[in-house]
Amino acid sequence: MKIHEYQAKEILEDFGVPVPAGTVVGDPGAIDDTIGQVQREFDSEAVMIKAQIHAGGRGKGGGVKYCPDTATAAAEARRILGMQLVTPQTGPAGQLVQKILVCPAIDIAKEYYLAVTLDRGREQDVIIASAEGGVEIEKVAETNPEKIIKVWVDPQFGLQPFQCRRVVGALGFAGAQAKTVSRLVANLYRAYHATDASIAEINPLVLTEQGEVTALDAKFNFDDNALYRQKDIAAMRDLAEEDPAEVEASESNLNYIKLDGTVGCMVNGAGLAMATMDIIKLKGGEPANFLDVGGGASAETVRDGFRIILSDTNVRAVLVNIFGGIVRCDRVANGIVDAVKDLSLEVPVVVRLAGTNAEEAKEILAASGVDIVPAASLDEAAEKVVELTG
Amino acid sequence: MSILVDKDSRIIVQGITGSEGSFHATQCHEYGGNVVGGVTPGKGGETALDAGLPVFDSCHEARERTGANVSLIFVPAPFAADAVMEAAAAGIELIVCITEGIPVRDMLRATAFVKKIGARLIGPNCPGLLTPDEAKVGIMPGNIATKGSVGVISKSGTLTYEAAHQLAAAGLGQSTCIGIGGDPIIGTDMSELLALFEADDDTEAMLMIGEIGGQMEIHAAEYVRDHARKPVFGFIAGRTAPPGRRMGHAGAIISGADESAAAKMKVLRACGVHVAESPAEIGAMIADHLG
Repeated sequence: MKIHEYQAKEILEDFGVPVPAGTVVGDPGAIDDTIGQVQREFDSEAVMIKAQIHAGGRGKGGGVKYCPDTATAAAEARRILGMQLVTPQTGPAGQLVQKILVCPAIDIAKEYYLAVTLDRGREQDVIIASAEGGVEIEKVAETNPEKIIKVWVDPQFGLQPFQCRRVVGALGFAGAQAKTVSRLVANLYRAYHATDASIAEINPLVLTEQGEVTALDAKFNFDDNALYRQKDIAAMRDLAEEDPAEVEASESNLNYIKLDGTVGCMVNGAGLAMATMDIIKLKGGEPANFLDVGGGASAETVRDGFRIILSDTNVRAVLVNIFGGIVRCDRVANGIVDAVKDLSLEVPVVVRLAGTNAEEAKEILAASGVDIVPAASLDEAAEKVVELTG
Repeated sequence: MSILVDKDSRIIVQGITGSEGSFHATQCHEYGGNVVGGVTPGKGGETALDAGLPVFDSCHEARERTGANVSLIFVPAPFAADAVMEAAAAGIELIVCITEGIPVRDMLRATAFVKKIGARLIGPNCPGLLTPDEAKVGIMPGNIATKGSVGVISKSGTLTYEAAHQLAAAGLGQSTCIGIGGDPIIGTDMSELLALFEADDDTEAMLMIGEIGGQMEIHAAEYVRDHARKPVFGFIAGRTAPPGRRMGHAGAIISGADESAAAKMKVLRACGVHVAESPAEIGAMIADHLG
């Protein structure tokens, strides 16, 4: 699960990581008041206006602006709030900006990168830090890997004070400042650990002209599997940031991800679902979605699956690929027949059922009278469905 | 022979009185595997399944009374990591965790614990293991596999069934099929299993089915390059998956360029793994090479 920058900063603040104050506003009518209030509170006419969406690269798309005076701030806030912000991470359609963060401008002396995430290979959390902040860490990793320092945290022992000092030393802090930043590193790790985050990133962490260290921008993602025990975090979910069809699918316990193609697909199992998308592409088509109806595909999940696939108007044909194991193909076939009848499908449906009771399933489909194109193999199914979208 | 499970495995099921647990315990029992009992805290003394298998309060007790050496876990996600550690502490040698949705933080603790004790964990979030005609420890449908000489290692359940189906059509069976799970943190990785298959007399070739996300396939490829003498075949799912999106499995997410399907396929090929371009060609490719 993702959250907004302002929410990430609330978490950091709760765990004692200094963040620049700011105020979130979503109502266009409250823009001027909010700007004025931030200006008065921090005695600074210059403010930053920052679009709050769940995607990175906001600055590149014009969603983050430095505003030296009130007039600019008011104009920029009105431009950004409600804009369709396109960043390298949003896709060409962009994302509607429904909230902006207004914060006092800060005099930056130096920028750093600091993050905690999971190192899957080592099965340990890793703290990643660099004195090259404010840019994409992937770029630094490519061009100057020696400028990135990593410290791994053994799950058995936890983060040790000397490890924090090591990070801070590598970033070039000394004296009293080193102590402050050491505490900041420990607090960031504490926040990451306590919230079941999958990443907690501060980029940039800045040293101000006044000698203070603060988290200018922050990003948290969370382990979905742990949300059951993270009620406060789960409450931060912003459904407006997610694709409505994906939200609906998750409510039906289906795993759906919308893509840009024309071939809808419904598959049981995540690996087979990806493989089905792949073979559609190999046959010259473009998958419209990823949809895993789960190991226990039933008549209901099949029906929900069709409804969600068809909510995407780009879909010109649907491929159903179910490999029956514990789930019996004859039951799935009945579900398909019912769904095709009930939803009065207007696009062709290619069905490939294999595994347990596949023969009975074929008879059910053939006897049903509904317009379904049967396929005997994965290869044949992909070929047929791509032909039909032709 | 085979790897990890066979007709002599003595299997207990943790969570045997739950609906998933009892259903699949029955299937494993009916397949012919040696299911000797189950564990549900608070239900010790009861019996489970039509076979009337004994239920124990703890793994420790189950191990002492039945001599079990394999445990199959269907415990709900919030309690599953604890169940894994309980099995390891009781001296169970092979722990197979089917449960989906366990928090990463719990698994970090559990995998470290299991390794320290020296037990082996398969999964979580996996379909388990199947040694055709001998034992089924998990949820794979028994009828998909036939006895043979291809060792199958896979991150995906139904894609494993698909591969076994294609192998069967080509007249090839499997020594053991293992679903390792699609989570970011799992107990046993592909290279460890390749090494076990490499040492197994009944396995002539290995098939590894991977997907986007993480570096495991890359490390497995390096193992193949440096150590494998038997032919290794592969498939990587997710070449059409968009970066940064989680494709069903918690671990199936491209977080860097080297975690894409294309990048993994390239490394696999460079390390001498025969990689199928299409998921429909896995069986035919292996049959061509072995035939």
